[in-house]
Amino acid sequence: MRRELPLAICFIMGVIMTVQFFIPHRYSQWLFENMLRWLIIVFTFALILGILSLIKLHIQKVQYRRRDWLYSIVALTGLGLSLVTGFMKGPESISEGQPFMTLYNYVQIPMQATMFSLLAFYIASAAFRTFRARTLEATLLLIAAVVVMLGRVSFAAIFKDLSLGFSTWVESWLPGFAEWVLDYPNMAAKRGIMIGIGLGAISTALKIILGIERSWLGGGD
Amino acid sequence: MNIFEKFLYIDRRWIFILVALAVAVPLVFPLGLAVTTSPPVENVYNEIESLKPGTPVLISVDYDPATQPELGPMTIALLRHCIARKLPVIVTVLVPGGPGLAVDITSKVAEEMGAQRDVDYTLLGYKVGVSAVILSLGQDFRISYPRDYYNTPLDEIPLMKNVKNYNDVGLVVSISGTVIPEYWVAYAHERYGQKVAAGVTAVMAADFYPYLQTGQLVGLVGGLKGAAEYEKLIDRPADGLKGMDAQTIVHLLIVVFIILGNVAYIFMRRAKKRSEASAR
Amino acid sequence: MHLSTDIFIWIAALLTLCIYSFLYKDNPFYKFAEHLLVGVSAGYLFVIYFWNNMWPNLLIPLRDGFGILLTEGRFTGNLAALVPGTLGLLLLTRLIPKIGWISRWAFGFYFGAFQGIVITGYMQAFILAQVYGTFMKGGNPVFSLVLMGDFFTRPAWGPFVLAVSGPLMIAGVVCTLTYFFFSTEHRGFAGGVAKVGIVFLMIGFGASFGYTVMARVSLLIGRLQFLIRDWLGLIS
Repeated sequence: MRRELPLAICFIMGVIMTVQFFIPHRYSQWLFENMLRWLIIVFTFALILGILSLIKLHIQKVQYRRRDWLYSIVALTGLGLSLVTGFMKGPESISEGQPFMTLYNYVQIPMQATMFSLLAFYIASAAFRTFRARTLEATLLLIAAVVVMLGRVSFAAIFKDLSLGFSTWVESWLPGFAEWVLDYPNMAAKRGIMIGIGLGAISTALKIILGIERSWLGGGD
Repeated sequence: MNIFEKFLYIDRRWIFILVALAVAVPLVFPLGLAVTTSPPVENVYNEIESLKPGTPVLISVDYDPATQPELGPMTIALLRHCIARKLPVIVTVLVPGGPGLAVDITSKVAEEMGAQRDVDYTLLGYKVGVSAVILSLGQDFRISYPRDYYNTPLDEIPLMKNVKNYNDVGLVVSISGTVIPEYWVAYAHERYGQKVAAGVTAVMAADFYPYLQTGQLVGLVGGLKGAAEYEKLIDRPADGLKGMDAQTIVHLLIVVFIILGNVAYIFMRRAKKRSEASAR
Repeated sequence: MHLSTDIFIWIAALLTLCIYSFLYKDNPFYKFAEHLLVGVSAGYLFVIYFWNNMWPNLLIPLRDGFGILLTEGRFTGNLAALVPGTLGLLLLTRLIPKIGWISRWAFGFYFGAFQGIVITGYMQAFILAQVYGTFMKGGNPVFSLVLMGDFFTRPAWGPFVLAVSGPLMIAGVVCTLTYFFFSTEHRGFAGGVAKVGIVFLMIGFGASFGYTVMARVSLLIGRLQFLIRDWLGLIS
């Protein structure tokens, strides 16, 4: 009951959603539309589950005074601010100009965007320290990277501005070569990877539907 | 440790300072380097140019603040292009961090261009469950979106009155730093024959070329450079074009880093071999 | 230089600097900003899930459905929302260890349905269309004898590139797939083909690396534009 029933539900749903694709009948369409409608709602709960788990984690950290628990208070304060501003005026709370949006625009956006921009510094430092042409493969990787890096920006324009003799040559050749690398050798590799991932995803989907892959059940009996 | 080793293991904070300067200086003192356009971006532009005025375009803001500096400028450029061409824009969002960005961008562009909400554009908001949402739009927008972001029922929105599903939409442009445009290809294009274009972060751009070759994507705007190209095509310079000088200089700096790193590495190995030989 | 007088711009700028302080080393300012971000964004997501999903897709239909049931005494389609609503509540039992197993029913429902959707979509977009595109483009063969003929009648660099690019791409896809799918030791002919596959993969990874640099730098440009323009007012 605790394991068999969920596996049976998964199997039935998987088969229904796969088979209905091939049946254009209106009952099939009706079923399809309702399933989509329902899935969106169930998905929402799944995501809310994730947030509730995060809140539980921080509350426990404060409760048991675990390492860095003071920072968990900061996190819970931020959470409280978002929730209060997000619900205080009903559905209108999320319109432009409301405190909820101010919090989003001036606290969340700057920090999240900055967090990811930190990587620019680390990638530059990695390029200097670890990007070595040790083997043929590494050299090819390096050349492709340099071609894309210079070919996709206004690199050639620098030559033109400095009035160097070979500017037209660089200008006409480099962006075209970068586009060719992307269009052919790069595309071939990405397509190979894509077909591989596609086959892998389909086999995983089949394993889940057929009950061979059961990790989603979680632990316990 | 020989001199080359010392150079290679220099405190990385020096590198950080150089990178910061390479971005900041061209922003304050622009060089005005010319930007050339590329076929994948031109194709998106041409596709929008080819649509008859009044044909709705769906722009999906499928990104969050983490990639906003890169994807925001192209979203603005695309919105400006559509509104200028009198193409009503339907804005959807498929990542939870994105609706705030969509609110901000649509309201700013609308104000600047005198566009009216629900007539010239509409913001449907965020829905959970990427593939289920994309599939549902092929059946009826009202399945996943009974109401828009502002809680107005879809049937009360003038722009949406004649829009049932993809049959009534000229083009879908998914803008994302994730693989969501692939889902638009898999479900909107393959299943419903909807024309799809993508705007992606540069990280993802190389991965999308197979879809361009098969025609599953009509075009691709990649990264801030793509946004700059689009701004050039619509002749509205903005953050994309302004950032291109800095982008070029930093790329050049990183290529110099790679070359210096490799040269130092070769010399370091030589020096090591020599010292090993002399020790023997 | 026109320093911003907007308090919110100042807050955003100071939080930005708190995060950048990590470049020097990990410190309390960074940790403060990091945790504030976690909290604010979790709250943001919760609010958006509620107002953009729960409210219009579940609660309004239920409100209307029960309203009609109570006033007019008849069942309407709106009440069907009870099914996913119940499944959703079952999902939440995962938070309570003792009855967490009940959530598996709902997980079974959505995993099964989702995987069913995935199979057909992936088959079409990632396999059939890609295999077709490897050999045909816009109704013409990628391995084009016409383009090769063009090169022999007009031997020049341009026609040469056009003639060889298609076959090169086909070879690249086949070699990359060989590299992935021959799980035995890469020896002999298959080994050679797989080695060529690695060459293509390296070019692909190189292109991705080049583009990744571009992406990260773009994000940095965006943030510095904010600091220099919106906060410090050094540029317009």
